[in-house]
Amino acid sequence: MKVHLLFPDRDFDAAAPLPPEAETLAADLGLETPVAAMAAGDRLIAEVVRAVLLGSTEADVGLVRFRQGVLADCLDNPRVVKDIYALAGEALDAERKQGWHWADSPSSILGRSRSLLSTFMELLGRIKALADRHGERFHSAGFRGLFAMLDRELDAAYFAEVEAELSRLQFNEGVLISASLGAGNHGVGHVLRRWPKEKSFLEYLTGRQAPSLHFEIAPRDEAGWKAREQLEARGLNLVANAVAQSADHVASFFSMLRTELAFYLGGLNLRDALAERGLPFCLPAPAADDALRLAATGLYDVGLGLKTDGRVVMSDIDADGRRFIVVTGANRGGKTTFLRGLGLAFLLMQAGLMAPAAAFSASLADRLLSHFRKEEDATMRSGKLDEELARMDGLVKAATHRSLFLFNESFAATNEREGSKIAGEITGALIERGVRVAFVTHLYTFAHAMLAEHGDDGLFLRAERPADDGRVFPLERAEPLDTSFGRELFAAVMGE
Amino acid sequence: MQARFPAPPPAAAPPVAVSILAAGPATAFDGEPAEPSCFRDLNLDQIVAAATAPKAEYNLSPIFRAPLLDIDGVLYRQAIFRDLERPEVRATLDAFAGGMRALHANRRRIEAIRYERERQAWFLDGVLLYDAAVRGFAAAFAATELASPGLIAFRDYLAAYAGADRFTRLAGAAAGLKRELAAVSYCVYLIGGHVHVGPLTDEPDFTEEILGVFAKFKEADARDHRVKLSDAGEMNHIEAGILDLVAALHADLFGRLDAFVAANAAFIDATIAAFDREAQFYLAWLDHIAPLEAHGLAFCYPEVTQGKAIGAEGTFDLALAAKLVKDGRTVVANDFQLSGAERILVVTGPNQGGKTTFARLFGQLHYLAALGCPVPGVAARLHLPDRVFTHFERPEVAGSERSKLEDDLMRMRDILAAATADSLVILNEIFTSTTLADAVWLSREVMTRLAELDLLGVWVTFIDELAAVSPATVSMVGGVDPDDDDSRTFRLTRRPADGLAYAMALAGRHGLTYRRLRERIP
Repeated sequence: MKVHLLFPDRDFDAAAPLPPEAETLAADLGLETPVAAMAAGDRLIAEVVRAVLLGSTEADVGLVRFRQGVLADCLDNPRVVKDIYALAGEALDAERKQGWHWADSPSSILGRSRSLLSTFMELLGRIKALADRHGERFHSAGFRGLFAMLDRELDAAYFAEVEAELSRLQFNEGVLISASLGAGNHGVGHVLRRWPKEKSFLEYLTGRQAPSLHFEIAPRDEAGWKAREQLEARGLNLVANAVAQSADHVASFFSMLRTELAFYLGGLNLRDALAERGLPFCLPAPAADDALRLAATGLYDVGLGLKTDGRVVMSDIDADGRRFIVVTGANRGGKTTFLRGLGLAFLLMQAGLMAPAAAFSASLADRLLSHFRKEEDATMRSGKLDEELARMDGLVKAATHRSLFLFNESFAATNEREGSKIAGEITGALIERGVRVAFVTHLYTFAHAMLAEHGDDGLFLRAERPADDGRVFPLERAEPLDTSFGRELFAAVMGE
Repeated sequence: MQARFPAPPPAAAPPVAVSILAAGPATAFDGEPAEPSCFRDLNLDQIVAAATAPKAEYNLSPIFRAPLLDIDGVLYRQAIFRDLERPEVRATLDAFAGGMRALHANRRRIEAIRYERERQAWFLDGVLLYDAAVRGFAAAFAATELASPGLIAFRDYLAAYAGADRFTRLAGAAAGLKRELAAVSYCVYLIGGHVHVGPLTDEPDFTEEILGVFAKFKEADARDHRVKLSDAGEMNHIEAGILDLVAALHADLFGRLDAFVAANAAFIDATIAAFDREAQFYLAWLDHIAPLEAHGLAFCYPEVTQGKAIGAEGTFDLALAAKLVKDGRTVVANDFQLSGAERILVVTGPNQGGKTTFARLFGQLHYLAALGCPVPGVAARLHLPDRVFTHFERPEVAGSERSKLEDDLMRMRDILAAATADSLVILNEIFTSTTLADAVWLSREVMTRLAELDLLGVWVTFIDELAAVSPATVSMVGGVDPDDDDSRTFRLTRRPADGLAYAMALAGRHGLTYRRLRERIP
């Protein structure tokens, strides 16, 4: 029984390892703030949303549209989706409460699994009822497929069959175990047998042709009773295993259902959080990775927006047909914020969620790779420039020509001449291979060389000095200037 | 149900028809002789411990502690070693030893078992293990080309034994009984304290039914919820009670089983059991030197002589080599030679120059040769000593009544008193706790007496004069290789500063130059 709400053709693998560069990307972009807003206190949502966002490499336009469809159904029917999510959660809670113990015996496993399966069947019935009642209001391929599957697999006859089987597992009339002689004449190959359902066992026993020999365990023979228990355990072991595994299988269906719904509940929560702050959002228009599209209206840093009750700077960019963006300009002028906003918008779009902008369209990337300047090299293992280069080397290993690189003040750990030379060689090689680059930099020599040598391929943005009251202005399309207003800032800070 | 198994035969050594350790009348190599006094000084204790450790259950150290005193005995063993070095002979013996180990494990297990019906089943397994080991061995050995008189004599014994009627009938009967037992199946019905036992007819399997009902939810292999039910090996009385009822259901089969066990209590032949152990002495040694040979170190069969003209080529300290090879380091080989009137090698030279190692290898070589073993070296001719005496410098014992010099002298006196012309004496830095003049004088005295005894030996000393005391002495000098210098790899070189070169070289080292990076992006 498949859920298939995240992928049309496969299960979501929550345990799949994230790409090696993902943690750095999450830290550089400040991903935890939007993740927390989406989770709204639900740990499962946080985990799933984070994993999907950071793992949304190899996304294609079809998959993004598939999820956008499921998301739209969720936005239209939040109550039903939340109810199904809660019922799946109830099932998993029941499983957790049963718990497993290290000293488990087959008969205790059997008893627990039996009662767990009864609970599961009841909850499945309630989910089925929800789907029957509200299915008409869902239009996405994802939800339609899920509801059709429930209808097909879980009919009334099936529920009845399960009930009958579960009642037989109580063994009120003793157990019948077969075995044969193995090594050391020990009984081996114990198998629990079922006798004809219509007869009691004694009737059955006396009706048999062959003789039956018999002894009785004395009431005070403690070791004997323990041995009897062990023998019964051997007989029940396989059947207990079968019942427990069946419970596992049903539980894994609930788990998958809840996990995949968690992602869309994250989308619902994000909508609520943005709406509360009056921030715009849109379902973005994904484009094929070779279309070289990137255009946005009112793009903002969703993390900053969520943190600041909606006071954000919105930028419009039109980088269609451009391979790179170089951002220069004043300190505290919103350069890093812009880069973060762009990166988060990409992640959200690629995952199939809404983008933090009035309009957003972009070619998908197979990897987002961030190279942000680090304040400190904690290990002191290598020099700062060496550290930056080693980090870059690691990112290059993950990159392909369909990747997007986000550089923030990179290669500035050395002097302007050396830094510009390295940044120029690296950026030049990347864009020549078709990699897209967004580069925030103070390196005037580098920025200017990019303009002179690849001006037509790039978009050049500049941050203005913030207003005296700290207000930040949108980035403007402008050529790099050979100052970042550092002297002024210095003067301001020093009070001179 | 509780009847004891017939007691095993008394432990007194049963008669052995053929021994592969000694040609003559069987010598008992199973006492517990003390470790020879030279063992620690020569690091023979490490060598023997390492060689015997993998085969602890065979109690091989008594054999390693009993060097042979006759050349014929050494040749008898060398011939067996040569046969066993051939892979097909080795494989045959290993297969036999494996079979016998399984049998011994089976016998040990039986001793601990309480219930007759259980013990009988293991007994049948033991008989079959023995039969398989002996029959397989006899068949393989018959087709094996052998050169050593020892192994040939044993093969003849084995062929006769395995062909005898009594032996062939034993296994056939055991196998038949075991087949019949394995075919027995039954049903147990448990309700309350009642245990019913009856035959199995056609009752269906419950487990399959359950799995079928929930199959539609199965997406992946589920966790295994089977409880690991420990089978401690021994039956409890309920199992034993059920087994007795099963036996009652099959009275004829279990009656024949009773009779078979009673008739065949002691089925292991004493000579074959002795061979099983003795062969392990050879295999232990070959196994011990095999990794060193694989590392390119040479071993040879020494020519053993009563004469005093001896020598070895490319030999080394076996204990040290085992360590060096483990650490992946090089083993340095040595040569020595004594001819004519030469008897004693006097070794001098700087510290850490391999002097003690040389003294040890000289002693090890002779001792191992007297065991009949192949020894370290490309070639060797060695004296068969009546005893090996060693005197290595030991740290002063705190609280000892005597001074160290006194102690040295008393030990020297004992050696001189006990040594004969056929003895080996190995001295390492004695008389260090006195003045040089004293040491020179004392050493000359001892050397003169050793020369008079006409025995062979090595003397490691800091007293250079000792090397030329008599025609019996030969000087050898240790040394350290001056080229063995690790410091060169950390040499710094001077280079003029070159603007961008440093940064670009750094980028180049990370594969981040324009040219390299373009190639790297797929």
